Amino acid sequence: MVDTKITLSGLALDNPIIPASGTFGYGYEYAELYDINMLGSFSFKGTTKEPRFGNPTPRIAECSEGMINSVGLQNPGIEKVIEEELPKLKKCFSKKVIANISGFSIEEYVHCCEKIDGEKQVGLIEVNISCPNVHNGGMAFGTSPESAFEVTKAIKEITKKPVYMKLSPNVTDIVSIAKACEEAGADGLSLINTLLGMRIDLKTKKPVIANKMGGFSGRAIFPVALRMVYQVYEAVSIPIIGMGGISKAEDVIEMMLAGARAVQIGAENLVNPYICKQIIEDLPKTMEKYKIESLENIVGGAH
Amino acid sequence: MKQSIFTVENNECLAKNTYELILSGDTSDITKPGQFVNIKLDGCFLRRPISVCDYDDKTLTLIYKVVGRGTEFMSKLTKCDKLDILTGLGNGYDLSKSGDTPLLIGGGAGIPPMYKLAKELIKEGKNAAVILGFNEEQELFYEDKFKELGTKVYITTADGSKGIKGFVTEAMKNISYSYFYVCGPEPMLRAVYKESIAEGQFSFEERMGCGFGACMGCSCKTKYGNKRICKDGPVLFKEEIIW
Repeated sequence: MVDTKITLSGLALDNPIIPASGTFGYGYEYAELYDINMLGSFSFKGTTKEPRFGNPTPRIAECSEGMINSVGLQNPGIEKVIEEELPKLKKCFSKKVIANISGFSIEEYVHCCEKIDGEKQVGLIEVNISCPNVHNGGMAFGTSPESAFEVTKAIKEITKKPVYMKLSPNVTDIVSIAKACEEAGADGLSLINTLLGMRIDLKTKKPVIANKMGGFSGRAIFPVALRMVYQVYEAVSIPIIGMGGISKAEDVIEMMLAGARAVQIGAENLVNPYICKQIIEDLPKTMEKYKIESLENIVGGAH
Repeated sequence: MKQSIFTVENNECLAKNTYELILSGDTSDITKPGQFVNIKLDGCFLRRPISVCDYDDKTLTLIYKVVGRGTEFMSKLTKCDKLDILTGLGNGYDLSKSGDTPLLIGGGAGIPPMYKLAKELIKEGKNAAVILGFNEEQELFYEDKFKELGTKVYITTADGSKGIKGFVTEAMKNISYSYFYVCGPEPMLRAVYKESIAEGQFSFEERMGCGFGACMGCSCKTKYGNKRICKDGPVLFKEEIIW
């Protein structure tokens, strides 16, 4: 009998499979398809202080083995998430959820984290300092070690929950940003967010996406994500949630060998809504195949 | 929503760039005309949303226009090929509002959902009329199929090669109707909105990520708040649309 259990900053997970923010809404679309309580946890849709409609459409473009999105943090705002979405989620998900928080100023990040701090359903906070789809915020905080340090420190001062900083791959040196977050007291790191990309329609000869560029995700980015998790693991001692292009149980194991303690599944949910369930079901036999008794023992095993 | 495997029974070219794909499989989650399915295709990452033309207990008919890589791949499907399809997506048309003389307006690739809608309305005893809009005669399809249902059919072509010359709005001018249902390209929807003299329902098209409401890729603003075309639509009421 193999052991898929893992802990993340004291949060015990039955398995390391976590649907990534923005691909799983607030859970209930998927709860209609399968019992989402089988998930390790899930990271809810990126939430900001104020409600947001997001970017104009088209927001989606097809790529080889992946996709581009420029949703732009559409969400009902932190108040509504706490008053409406979390109680609704409670009915279909009894485990702790990961609260994905975004903002346009340190004050906004702090406001949202303060609000969510009292919510028992929330196991940890994932702070998005890496959204490529919003101006004057999001990714801006994740592209320099100084601002990443500042926002991490400010959030750590006002919440008792574990804080995971979600990092952008759209930087020269992700390791320096990871280290800055660790130094500022981050409990863990989530990486990577989407890669900034674009497509041009040959018929119209204009960008496919209304916002011109967007975040590239899907199977194609797996090697990039894996490399970054590997590099960051060498440089920090806090836990890492690895994500980017994971689509099967083998990818989960590979990502954990690179240094991830848990993984998130993003774009693949959109094309196969049962993917997380399938990976969770496949994981034990895949572990057996590669003679892995416990996932806990393989984290960073490739180093 | 249901994920299941369908088998190709027939796939044939009906008109210029336009194909009819008949599939067998589990259609139990398709409940209303105007819904769509999302098809996984080899070599494409995202599924391809296609509106449902017709369905019964075990057969699903789709009509699609070849516009890109996905639909080009579909045009090469042959009998016995298998397809992974998500069914029962979208809200579909609300038939209860139709009144006694509903008008159904389809333009090009927006015509298919009108077929099942016409069938259902006629079954309910409604005196439905249909306007089918094309660019040119070579694109014409399903004229006879609609006539067989017993509906009055008006054809318009932009170049005048068949039926009334002009857009669907030309035909609308001379028809009286209790209510209308429309599906087609956005410029056509806007024109119909302006021309219409009754309430109605509009089916919208948008680039989608998931097709089932999870990714917020196809959101739009309405008078009743933000809606996802894939989940809260694709059908919106005239009264709620913000252009």
